Amino acid sequence: MPEYLSEIAPAYPEIFLLIATCTVLLLDLFVKDYQRYITYIAVQGSLLFTAWLVYTATDSTTVVTTFNDMFVADPMGRMLKISIILITMAVFSYSRPYLKDRNMYKGELFTLGLFAVLGMMVMVSAKTMLLIYLGLELLSLSLYAMVAFRRDNSVASEAAMKYFVLGAIASGMLLYGMSIIYGLSGSLNLSHIASYLSEQDGLMSNLGLLLGLSFILVGFGFKLGVVPFHMWIPDVYHGAPTAITMFLGAAPKIAVFAMIFRLLAEGLGDMSVGWQQILILLAALSLFVGNIIAIAQTNLKRMLAYSTISHMGFVAMGILAATEAGYAASMFYIITYAIISMGGFAVIIFLSHKDSEADELADLKGLSSRHPWIAFMMLLFLFSMAGVPPTVGFYAKLSVIQAVVSVDIVWLAVFAVLMSVIGAYYYLRAVKIMYFDTAEKSVVAGKAGFEFNLLLSANGLAVIALGMLPSLLMSACVSSVNVIFN
Amino acid sequence: MTFEQFIFYIFATVTIVSAIAVVTVRNPVYAALFLILTFFTSAATWILLEAEFLGIVLVLVYVGAVMVLFLFVIMMLDINIDPLREGFIRYLPMGILVAIVVAAEIVIVLGSDTFNMAIPDPVPLSDSNTKALGEVLYTEYVYPFELAAVILVVAIIAAISLTMRKRQDATKHQNISEQIRVNSADRLRVLKMKAEEKQ
Repeated sequence: MPEYLSEIAPAYPEIFLLIATCTVLLLDLFVKDYQRYITYIAVQGSLLFTAWLVYTATDSTTVVTTFNDMFVADPMGRMLKISIILITMAVFSYSRPYLKDRNMYKGELFTLGLFAVLGMMVMVSAKTMLLIYLGLELLSLSLYAMVAFRRDNSVASEAAMKYFVLGAIASGMLLYGMSIIYGLSGSLNLSHIASYLSEQDGLMSNLGLLLGLSFILVGFGFKLGVVPFHMWIPDVYHGAPTAITMFLGAAPKIAVFAMIFRLLAEGLGDMSVGWQQILILLAALSLFVGNIIAIAQTNLKRMLAYSTISHMGFVAMGILAATEAGYAASMFYIITYAIISMGGFAVIIFLSHKDSEADELADLKGLSSRHPWIAFMMLLFLFSMAGVPPTVGFYAKLSVIQAVVSVDIVWLAVFAVLMSVIGAYYYLRAVKIMYFDTAEKSVVAGKAGFEFNLLLSANGLAVIALGMLPSLLMSACVSSVNVIFN
Repeated sequence: MTFEQFIFYIFATVTIVSAIAVVTVRNPVYAALFLILTFFTSAATWILLEAEFLGIVLVLVYVGAVMVLFLFVIMMLDINIDPLREGFIRYLPMGILVAIVVAAEIVIVLGSDTFNMAIPDPVPLSDSNTKALGEVLYTEYVYPFELAAVILVVAIIAAISLTMRKRQDATKHQNISEQIRVNSADRLRVLKMKAEEKQ
């Protein structure tokens, strides 16, 4: 192999995905509307092959950097990338009937989705602030366009506008913080920044660094959707077409976690005392606001949006512990949350029809008598969000809380448990509506293809299986974080 | 104050004043023209920093191409922006308050000792600015550079997919065989009507 090829070898998955995306874009031009399944198969095929490339490009113990130390391929990145790709494939598969019914089953939507995946992969592998920003913009731009895709729908357009404006402000904040850190440390590279910080003393009295850090955290807060930067979440989740909400609520969260981990833990690890305090506040507020306001929601999508906010509070808890166990717990949490939330939105897609959205809580009435299996799957997802054993949500919450307790922030752990109990109310209310209420008006029976049912069943069973045997995923998370710090 | 500093302050003042004017003037055409002025003076500041390439590109690309298109669009659309400015006065006090607080905080931080570091010596360029940039753009920074290009592709795809509307009746085009086969009876209808009386 020539030398320049071994230089770019760790980035083969990204390079392949870019070429495949451009090919799909061109291929779609020659495909007639009734042949759109060709585009769909090409999209899923390219994603699957990219996942395979990620799997083979690196092994699970070494850390490889390339492109002048800008790109890093490590076990954590490998695992996060594979999760992102597989979850995106599942999301595309779930959305197919929904998109077909609403005249959104277009090649451009899938192309934008593929570019978003590319952006997420870049974020996961970024070793410099420059690439973190570029990956984030690639992801965000694709998502803005996807939310606005039903341009004749005023609710969706409004959601896209809000998402765009607030997202742009968040990017600006993030960029300003990064520029201050760059100005002080003289480098964009995360490992150079880390070594610069380790040489300084009195980090917590260095106003410039703290200013940069606060701006970066504000940007992260927006992108992750934690209180008080959560305002866009309910409107965007509610306004966007359900299939797009499912997309932006699942895989991008994993990429944002990777971005926060890389910058805070790897780059600004020596300032952990500083960002820990801010994150404690953000986490506590998110747990409180997310769980309390969700109770008042009558719309299922809005309810899940507020539930996302509280879940992101849990993710922030794992990160703020600033220990290896904490990062691993957060990583476990974010991956499993993406799987669970995808399932929840899939059921909303199942309930919807060509002309109606069926995203109100009342639309769940009598689901158990109409579709007992689907209702059971929804029960699993809701229990998992609430954190009821033996679903995976329980173990995810437990490990995050353990991480916080181990660094002696016991009050936050107790607060999180209390808020989870409050949160359990609205999840259980949804379960009660499904199982004990009867539908008032006649409901058009939901229909779903074989592919949809199979995937939903697999999704539900994964929630149970990971809950019974969490070590399957947890040990991989722990070892991948371990590799980075040793 | 050296002559260079004097020039810098002139350009900096014009940049800031015209940037404020961009968001405050009522007429969108004026706003676009002020934006051009902002770009132009920023380009001049860059040239003062001996970054000629960036300065020239800013003038060529933004002033020359982007802003001209922008003006074109503004004139084509002829948007009445008065409704867009509703609530401006209502939110102004709050906005000014927030802006003052943020600005004060930043000034306090930037005024602290943190940024009181020695001014680094300028690195003398062995070659022209353009060549120096070109040498790193496709070697050291090839990965971010390509990604920036991908972002532009996404922007194009997004813009086209959001704005292109297929016409309900297909586009009008010539059908030559039909045009040849046409005869006078298809085009001309002779009506018979009574002659009207002279009034």
